[in-house]
Amino acid sequence: MINLKINNIDVSLPENSTILDGAKKLGIKIPTLCHLDLCDLKVVNQVASCRVCMVHIDGYRTLMPACATKVRDGMVIQTNTSEAIAARRTVVELLLSDHPTDCLICEKNTNCDLQTLAAVLGIRGKLKYEGKKSTYPIDKSSTSIYRNPDKCIVCRRCETMCSDVQTCNVLSGVNRGFDTVIQPAFEMDLNTTPCTFCGQCIAVCPTSALTEINNVDEVWSVINDKSKHVVVQTAPAVRFALGEEFGMPVGTEVTGKMVNLLNKLGFDKVFDTDFAADLTIMEEANELIKRVTDNKNLPLLTSCCPSWVNFIEHNFSDLLYMPSSCKSPHQMFGAIAKTYYAEKENIDPKDIVVVSVMPCVAKKYESSREELSHNELKDVDYVITTRELASMCREAGLPFTDLEDMEFDNPLGESSGAGTIFGSTGGVMEAALRTSYEWLTKKSLDKVDFNNIRGLDGIREATIDIDGLELKVAIAHGLGNARTLLNMIKNKEAEYHAIEIMACPGGCIGGGGQPYHGGNPDVISKRRDAVYNADKNKTRRKSHENPSIKKLYDEYLGDVGGKKAHELLHTTFKSSKK
Amino acid sequence: MCENCNGQFGTDEQKEKLINYISKNKDVDGGIIAIMQEAQSIYGYLPREVQEIIADETNVPLSKIYGISTFYSQFYLEKKGDFHISICMGTACYVKGSGDIMNAFRSKLGLSGEETSKDGRFSIEATRCIGACGLAPVLTVNDNVHGRLTVEDVDKIIELYKSKEV
Repeated sequence: MINLKINNIDVSLPENSTILDGAKKLGIKIPTLCHLDLCDLKVVNQVASCRVCMVHIDGYRTLMPACATKVRDGMVIQTNTSEAIAARRTVVELLLSDHPTDCLICEKNTNCDLQTLAAVLGIRGKLKYEGKKSTYPIDKSSTSIYRNPDKCIVCRRCETMCSDVQTCNVLSGVNRGFDTVIQPAFEMDLNTTPCTFCGQCIAVCPTSALTEINNVDEVWSVINDKSKHVVVQTAPAVRFALGEEFGMPVGTEVTGKMVNLLNKLGFDKVFDTDFAADLTIMEEANELIKRVTDNKNLPLLTSCCPSWVNFIEHNFSDLLYMPSSCKSPHQMFGAIAKTYYAEKENIDPKDIVVVSVMPCVAKKYESSREELSHNELKDVDYVITTRELASMCREAGLPFTDLEDMEFDNPLGESSGAGTIFGSTGGVMEAALRTSYEWLTKKSLDKVDFNNIRGLDGIREATIDIDGLELKVAIAHGLGNARTLLNMIKNKEAEYHAIEIMACPGGCIGGGGQPYHGGNPDVISKRRDAVYNADKNKTRRKSHENPSIKKLYDEYLGDVGGKKAHELLHTTFKSSKK
Repeated sequence: MCENCNGQFGTDEQKEKLINYISKNKDVDGGIIAIMQEAQSIYGYLPREVQEIIADETNVPLSKIYGISTFYSQFYLEKKGDFHISICMGTACYVKGSGDIMNAFRSKLGLSGEETSKDGRFSIEATRCIGACGLAPVLTVNDNVHGRLTVEDVDKIIELYKSKEV
């Protein structure tokens, strides 16, 4: 252990700790901007590029960055000398000298780390430094990510996420000095790069250099179009994070309030993607059992995550026989809404508009994929993120925290606990196991909690005993972990029957469309706990026991994995090496 | 961008030489800069096609290679002229009028910035101190040094190289 003093308080820290770690341990706040510590992913952005965390160390000639300076025995540190405070202020004033001052109309207004820091450091009135400002073109080439480099402060958090965590290597520092900009090679537009649209760059960007393509206006206008029947669905993960946008504690489930909100916003029906998650399990478990019985095309890879689908299409085109042919739940929902539901309610499918509220920006891209349509109608018409829904709530002046709980509409609103856990890493696999177990053994599964596949380790594996059949499964979250796992399979270093992959850290709960997690692992684990709690409190916890799902097959789809199911609920993948 | 209009950039010999060099050096720690230097000496510059070959052969992402190529001034993304004029903008040269010399070259060659003339014969570039302050203002044309220049010398230098073989 290393012993030192910070602000006259003794502290002991393990070797290789930083001054910032020490300050955190003592509850001393040192402002940071570029720093990003994703302990669970074992990734730290420690470039010390912003110099906001400068502190005084006795005997050192200059101030040192707390985030990147390792502690030494006997160090005496002061975090708030007048010199350190002045240096921090100067650093932020210099950042502001090359930053637009349009906070009032900025996407991140009231939600921006730079804005907060300027306020905290007491920077008021006229900017001290004036000079040249960067001007770069805005990239809105994709349907998911809006990139405005003029707002970039070159902290490189996005580059760390894109390269080190997700291994997509799309964003990188280009040029030098004042001309430095974080962007794709050769100024390519995002939609021509291997970007998977996971949106983790957005999740960690401290400013509005990276935000989602905003679809709020389109949704308002379609809600107000009286000739349309507008149905909305909400992804499993949304309800476990939406409350944060309104100051509720992290990890609060707000399903009832969310349903009420959507009703008040004017949607004609409020349905649940959890229902479609149950539907996905019916088709996917059936596919898994078939592949395991035939011992063919193994392992089965989940295909719910559009960013992951992009990743395998870009990087592992030789393994495209592995992903399940199931559409993702919200796309299945769209297909069912425009067929089964349309028939049942006697509405022309052309007049039905499906809006998805997703924790994800890649879903925006996914809904525009040509093959995800039926009879020339897109399965899903608009996708908005959890953040965009919160923004609609504020625009409408609705008191979210005071809203009474309401229930989802039927028939597409009923779900099991298995559908609920889709929002967390490991959830899709667990849901599939609950159903596969019962279908394979024809026995009732009493203990539905598969604790051995839960957790936040990047890659987890387990062998599940299904009445003598040893089913080997693996789970990865974060695309870097997915790459490691796929390379192992490719090199025949590991064999599995089924693998679940989610692109974002923690799964959808840590998605790029959620309230900004800013790289805080605590946020992700609290949301995750809320997911499993919700599952525990459900009366039905297996997808195939969902009565509305049974009814859907009885009345409309026929057999699980049958002709009609294939026509509506399954899709294809294509190689797109970039 | 293809030079021979056969879908491939450069010649087979150039590509083979580069791939050969990469296969011997790709596992060297920090070897990417040496590989990029070699690529530049083979092709004269590092266009996207060449950077893509390097990325494919080394497994270093294209974005990283592009980042390096734009960070260091030794790498060129555009083809240089047959005669590359580097005008020293170090302090000594600058106070002795290298800015005027740069402007004179630009106007004589019809160039607006640091670029290559339309006929491909000349390109100009401002460099930092080349360590020949005694010859200020100084410039190099490929490997030849010309020193103690005045604006009147600009015509002579262009004349000297205009019809010269590379």
